[in-house]
Amino acid sequence: MLEFANIRAIARKELRDALHNRWFLVFTIAFAGLALTLSTLTQPGGSTFRAMSYSRTAASLINLVLLFVPLIGLTLGAANIAGDRETGALAYLLAQPVNRAEILLGKYAGMAGALLATLTLGFGAAGVVLALQRSVQDAGGYLLTVGLAYLLALSMLSLGFLMSILARKTATALGGALFLWLLLVFIGDLGIMGTTVSMRLPIETVFLVSVLNPLQMFKIASILSVQANLEVLGPAGLYATSQFGGLLLPLLIAGLVAWVAVPLAFAVRMFGRQERFVVKASAR
Amino acid sequence: MITAKNLTKRYGKVAALSDVTFTIEAGEAVALWGANGAGKTTTLRCLLGVQGFEGALSVNGIDVQRHSKAARAAIGYVPQEAAFYDMRVDETAQFYARLKKAAPHRAAEVLEQVQLSEHASKRVSMLSGGMKQRLALAVALLADPPVLVLDEPTANLDVKAQRDFIRTIQDLNHAGKTVVFSSHRLDEVIALGTRVLVLSEGKLLLECRPNELASKLGLHRWLRLWIPHEHKDNSLRVLGQNGFTTMPNGTSIYVQVNADGKIAPLRSLQQASIPIEDFELVDGDLMPQGDSHA
Repeated sequence: MLEFANIRAIARKELRDALHNRWFLVFTIAFAGLALTLSTLTQPGGSTFRAMSYSRTAASLINLVLLFVPLIGLTLGAANIAGDRETGALAYLLAQPVNRAEILLGKYAGMAGALLATLTLGFGAAGVVLALQRSVQDAGGYLLTVGLAYLLALSMLSLGFLMSILARKTATALGGALFLWLLLVFIGDLGIMGTTVSMRLPIETVFLVSVLNPLQMFKIASILSVQANLEVLGPAGLYATSQFGGLLLPLLIAGLVAWVAVPLAFAVRMFGRQERFVVKASAR
Repeated sequence: MITAKNLTKRYGKVAALSDVTFTIEAGEAVALWGANGAGKTTTLRCLLGVQGFEGALSVNGIDVQRHSKAARAAIGYVPQEAAFYDMRVDETAQFYARLKKAAPHRAAEVLEQVQLSEHASKRVSMLSGGMKQRLALAVALLADPPVLVLDEPTANLDVKAQRDFIRTIQDLNHAGKTVVFSSHRLDEVIALGTRVLVLSEGKLLLECRPNELASKLGLHRWLRLWIPHEHKDNSLRVLGQNGFTTMPNGTSIYVQVNADGKIAPLRSLQQASIPIEDFELVDGDLMPQGDSHA
């Protein structure tokens, strides 16, 4: 049976570690800085700085999130368990009266807390700047985008943790995380476009293949949340709108939740069965 | 307190433990003796329930296979070299106190008990090897468990730190803790153990008292003698004539002795009127490399 007190104790430690992690601080500052910059960009022809609307800022932040959040989520997750395994800290932790699911969920909760705090800081700073200068009429779409960014961050963290459990070494886990990042961010998009052109795939297939990628799910859901239609995505967007109508956004959110839960469930299951963390050939 | 029946652990086709059966009573201090690969560490990991195994194993009446977390709550574990997170000493004790459900004040108490209170605000990475082992012991004692499991706990310590650590464990054993420890150091086993389980290639070879171990296994120890320089050649000749295996080493001479014949070389040199400035007993595994002469 899971003990929440153990999960909380480990989560607190992970959160504290993240706050002392130099790379994590760099990411936080960079993300907050870029978000602030995007929210205070000058309008064309204007001689003074004027804030953009929430929707326009959210649309600008989507691309920032698509690039940064998967990278930090995947790498933080991938380095976590594998790093502890390599230093021996995991073996020592496992010798304490905690079970493996508590350890993994505690670590996940701590890292998730740190990651979401970073996103909140970035989106929050941009939101405050906009609130100070403009009306808050379209703040709902902005907040929905923030929520979707949370889900994307958690899904990437889940995949990172799964990679950390599968890999024997931290370097392997990090390499795998970077490869997956490239696959999701760049190859996913270009691959789908290339395949569509070369194989003349029907539009519904293109749409279904693209939404298998959690980044595409986030992108489509975010666009929907700030402008209510998918014309910007061309025929695939029009097909999605006509096919699913008002159900599309809830379906995409459910899809992102699945990308959070399924890899994490696999990670818990595999970690529970693993003996790699204690078995060193030289120490039997 | 601890019972193991037909304890078996396989890594693929290799059996790290094979049908090991033993019982440890409350208050005993039992040493697991064996060379690297004998199965000592695997046995301790099975006790902690951190890896699967075949057979039956219980700690303090708790089935380790079914309730490994509860079994670990009854055990304080000290590894050969504890890998702590990058925190301060007091934060480390508090973190593990939360996991062990120990009262918050226990963290300060156990640091005091292992004489680390004055280092409480230091980062763990700043501690010496001996201090880290004391911190591992402090963590092990947080919830006042009935059983202490130690995996070669003094292997990385200097002589003084080894002596201090062993004395602390002796005190805990005398206070009623059941101690199970792995070692391949004869002096440690004799000083701390009340019984020895000898493992070899994953099998329980024999059980004996610590002072019987050397003779049962035919183990040798070495007597290190400091002889005045002008008598060194003569002493090597005398010891050789009396059938001792010797090894000159800088200012001293090592002489191989049996467990029950440690005084014999001293008598031989005394009879030859060769003065001895000092001597000490050294385990075989602490010997420097060199050529010995029979």
